[in-house]
Amino acid sequence: MMTDTAVSTPDSAGDSLAREAWRRLKQNKAATTSLVLLALITLACVAGPWLTPWALDEVDWNAFLTPPSPENGHYAGTDANGRDLLTRVFHGGRVSLSVALVATFVSLVIGVLYGAVAGFIGGRTDNLMMRFVDIMYSLPFMFLVILLMVVFGRNILLIYAAIGAVEWLDMSRIVRGQVLALKRREFVEAAQALGVRSHKIVTRHLIPNAIGPVIVYVTLTVPKVILLESFLSFLGLGVQEPLTSWGVLISEGKDMMETAPWMLLVPSAFLAVTLLCLNFLGDGLRDALDPKTR
Amino acid sequence: MHKPRITISTLLLATGLAASPLQADTLRLAIMGEPASLDPHKISGTWENDVVGDLFEGLVTEAADGERIPGVATSWDVTEDGKTYTFELREDARWSDGTPVTAEDFVFAFRRILDPATAASYAYLLYPVKNAEAVYGGDADPSTLGIEALDAKTLEITLERSTPYFLDQLAHYTAYPLPKHVVEKYGDDWSKPDHMVSNGAFALDDWQSQTRIEVSRNAYFHDADEVALDEVVYFPIEERNTALNRFRAGEIDIAREFPTQQFDWLKENLPKAVQVAPYLGIYYYALNTRDGHATSDPRVRKALSLAVRREVITNKILGTGEEPAYSFVPPNVNHYDGPELDFADLSQQERLTRARELMQEAGYGPDNPLALRLRYNTSEDHRKVAIALAAMWKPLGVEVELYNAEVAVHYADIRQGDFDVARAGWIGDYNDAQNFLSLLESDVANNYGAYENADFDALMNEAARTQDMDARTDLMAKAEELALEDNATLPLYYYVSRNLVSPELNGWETNIEDIHRSRWISFED
Amino acid sequence: MLRYTLKRLLQAIPTLLIVITLSFFLMHLAPGGPFDGERQLPPEIEANLMANYHLDEPVWKQYLNYMGNLLQGDLGPSFKYKDFSVTELVAQGFPVSLELGIWAVGLALLIGLPLGVIAALRRNSTIDYLVMGTALAGVAIPNFVIAPLLALVFGVFLGWLPVGGWNEGAWPNLVLPVVALSIQQIAYIARMMRASMIEVLGSHFIRTARAKGLAETEVIWRHAMRPAMLPVVSYLGPAIAGIITGSVVIEQIFGIPGIGRYFVQAALNRDYTLVMGTVVFYGALIVLLNLLVDLLYSALDPQIRYDD
Repeated sequence: MMTDTAVSTPDSAGDSLAREAWRRLKQNKAATTSLVLLALITLACVAGPWLTPWALDEVDWNAFLTPPSPENGHYAGTDANGRDLLTRVFHGGRVSLSVALVATFVSLVIGVLYGAVAGFIGGRTDNLMMRFVDIMYSLPFMFLVILLMVVFGRNILLIYAAIGAVEWLDMSRIVRGQVLALKRREFVEAAQALGVRSHKIVTRHLIPNAIGPVIVYVTLTVPKVILLESFLSFLGLGVQEPLTSWGVLISEGKDMMETAPWMLLVPSAFLAVTLLCLNFLGDGLRDALDPKTR
Repeated sequence: MHKPRITISTLLLATGLAASPLQADTLRLAIMGEPASLDPHKISGTWENDVVGDLFEGLVTEAADGERIPGVATSWDVTEDGKTYTFELREDARWSDGTPVTAEDFVFAFRRILDPATAASYAYLLYPVKNAEAVYGGDADPSTLGIEALDAKTLEITLERSTPYFLDQLAHYTAYPLPKHVVEKYGDDWSKPDHMVSNGAFALDDWQSQTRIEVSRNAYFHDADEVALDEVVYFPIEERNTALNRFRAGEIDIAREFPTQQFDWLKENLPKAVQVAPYLGIYYYALNTRDGHATSDPRVRKALSLAVRREVITNKILGTGEEPAYSFVPPNVNHYDGPELDFADLSQQERLTRARELMQEAGYGPDNPLALRLRYNTSEDHRKVAIALAAMWKPLGVEVELYNAEVAVHYADIRQGDFDVARAGWIGDYNDAQNFLSLLESDVANNYGAYENADFDALMNEAARTQDMDARTDLMAKAEELALEDNATLPLYYYVSRNLVSPELNGWETNIEDIHRSRWISFED
Repeated sequence: MLRYTLKRLLQAIPTLLIVITLSFFLMHLAPGGPFDGERQLPPEIEANLMANYHLDEPVWKQYLNYMGNLLQGDLGPSFKYKDFSVTELVAQGFPVSLELGIWAVGLALLIGLPLGVIAALRRNSTIDYLVMGTALAGVAIPNFVIAPLLALVFGVFLGWLPVGGWNEGAWPNLVLPVVALSIQQIAYIARMMRASMIEVLGSHFIRTARAKGLAETEVIWRHAMRPAMLPVVSYLGPAIAGIITGSVVIEQIFGIPGIGRYFVQAALNRDYTLVMGTVVFYGALIVLLNLLVDLLYSALDPQIRYDD
């Protein structure tokens, strides 16, 4: 009986916290608009390729580098190989978004576990673990990523998993801070007194409570990885043909900004809107979840 | 043409200099990469040739139109058997520090480039010289090399066998003289700006890595008073769009390349600056003939070649005036008239039908699609061509896996045979069909597809032994015909050179080797 | 303070060791070697070259060799650029990247901080939205698009500034790369400054100060600015890292002979020694800059003391 109440208290507290946050988020116009737009873009990228009359690598031999025109069915024009740009932008969105999600997810898992463990155990272990994070912060991150690309460039998801494995530092710091603060709260102490095992306390009590800042962090990491992907594409280390990504499309388009502006504008528009929306959403979530503004 | 023999004393030179205009004429040239070195023995790129060719002069050299004219040598005798050349060096040939250029400088340079310790990547160009291959391989002493200074101004070169293109080759940087007195003093550091001494129209002033190389007129050059430019500055610019933009902004006078996709725009907006000309090079795909690859079946190779719409690639994908290739040796090669692929006259429809039949005979079709791995090295144009090929082969039921890698990985892998079809290209080292056809001889490192045909090898060997130029041409043409019949490779197009040249410049002449020495360039008054 | 600095410098040693080790083995894992290319070297010559550079030895031995040389300050010869040693190349490239970076961080602060303050003071006004909207555009467009766009407009069309080149860091050559490099950072700094300023303005001591009847400018400049800048200062570490990343792109597009460009080219050419040289150098630089940022932080925030 006692255990049950102890466990359910934070859950219901979490519930009401979430509901409260959701209510506040709904009042933020920029954030809700962003959320809708993001949903639309995601939907377009997922379903779009089936709706356009062209396949990803299909060449229209009558339309090389043609501007957008509804008459020939290329609503966003074609690229230098006569492939439908809109189809490619949708496909590229799939890649860009999924690599961002993969990297963010990996960084999330590592960061949350690492931070939670460090914060929860505390003492010397915490000290050592955080010292390691400090060391990692001093790595020339970008150089390592480029080296990773050079070595493992063929497998794009693996690469972004690896990027996620280097990106978790901020996350671990945030979670550790949260855990340290939460640890001193009554319900954790109660659970400890009741003999609930440590790992259970971490997974069932601490993590759910640290979720707010984590969500905010996610909305900020996803755009970071999307930009990183485009940066690597610029260096020629992007995904392999016939696959594409927004980064690849934009770096192809940038060389043609005068002669075939649609090749730059269309993918850039998708990228920019996505990044802006993620930023607005992140801001909105922060406001909604931050207890100080309550 | 070049003045045959003028003795210009340093005194005359000095007055010539004093009379030069007050305002310095400086040519600003965008070269397409940072030179690995300015030591002619340590380079292998065309952009390095741009710089080093202005700094040095070989026994023969290039005129504005690329024709070979006397350089350090004023005249030469060739023995009846075509094996021994005796060169008279010009009396007024001097290094930029005033020291005379002697026959010994050539002997020194030839021995150095072929010394295995120098590890020169281009040394094989001198293989026609007697014992060169053995010396390079470490099997013979450098002193046994077929080059000898008879006196300070007379040089004798002995060849393994008569080599008709040997004189042309002497203009190449592998055959430049080196200042023995400087190299011996500074060792490998001799090519640094502080030490370098050269014998060409220009002498090195400064080299800011990745920024610029500055040279100025060499007062000791034998033809210095005919050189219009006072200085040349080379800017290494890898990004072709940056080079284009800098040209448009007037920051550079010549860009040695421009991006293909801007060609239409350029023709419209800078028609006077665009210089496009046939180039001594073939863009082709290597077809892997090793066992275990579907492409080891000649029918498959032929079908693939038949299905490629070369005109679409040259006109729509590249569109910079490239010519579709139906042979391996480019047209306009000196003293050569080669065959064409046998289907060159068929219409595209007939070709496709034939290709389908061949694939069926080979056992491939819609039920049994052929999966191919196509490899190309990272570059915008290679990517576009690869994509187009994949799309063109689709109607044959070929499923192509595109695989791209950086240059180093690409060539390392395809030499290992790790591909089905792979992008390759060859720019002639010298203007002779042999330089291209030798790529298809068995056991040659650059024969990526490992094409083997004993008859082909025999014809090439015979050609190498033949002195009569017409007979030699016939033999090589027969060899090429065999290779084309076998579809040893898949030729796609002949390269063109693409330069942007400011209309204010005089003296730029397009040529098949795309060699342009700054000594011929001048500003319009 | 001194003890803290020394301690941090000591900590840099394991950091650098990790960086070097990781990069070394990653580089040697990469397919292809420094002598692979379009023209094949005859086998004897390649073997000769490999032996010259000790590349024929087992990797662990090469690693020990490298570390030994590194301790003596020898970064080795460049495989690709044969007329320069790696030390020479780094010594040429680093000041260029540094100059570019300093200007870019400086410009980002100079523009980002006031923008953030203005937006915070006029919270939810048109100015706020305008400022923040513009700033956000900087986050939403990759700098490899902004850079050629700037070059096209200001270099080619208007002809006001050079399109590329370094020219020993003459200011006309600096303007476009610095602007392109700082745009993203301006956005981050402005947003951060706005958020933290809003928080500070809502805090007790500012309310107290206002209640005392102090002039608004005095409240802001004397009381609010310093605490509000703390998050920005702690962001400078990542900002510098971001600038380094960006400089790879900017150096390539504007043809600036910086160290970032060397790194990318060297990684693609498999120029092992040059890759390692740039990594070692950047690793050390980041460690140093992070330390500087922390010291600056303690100077601004009296609550933090680095005594132990």
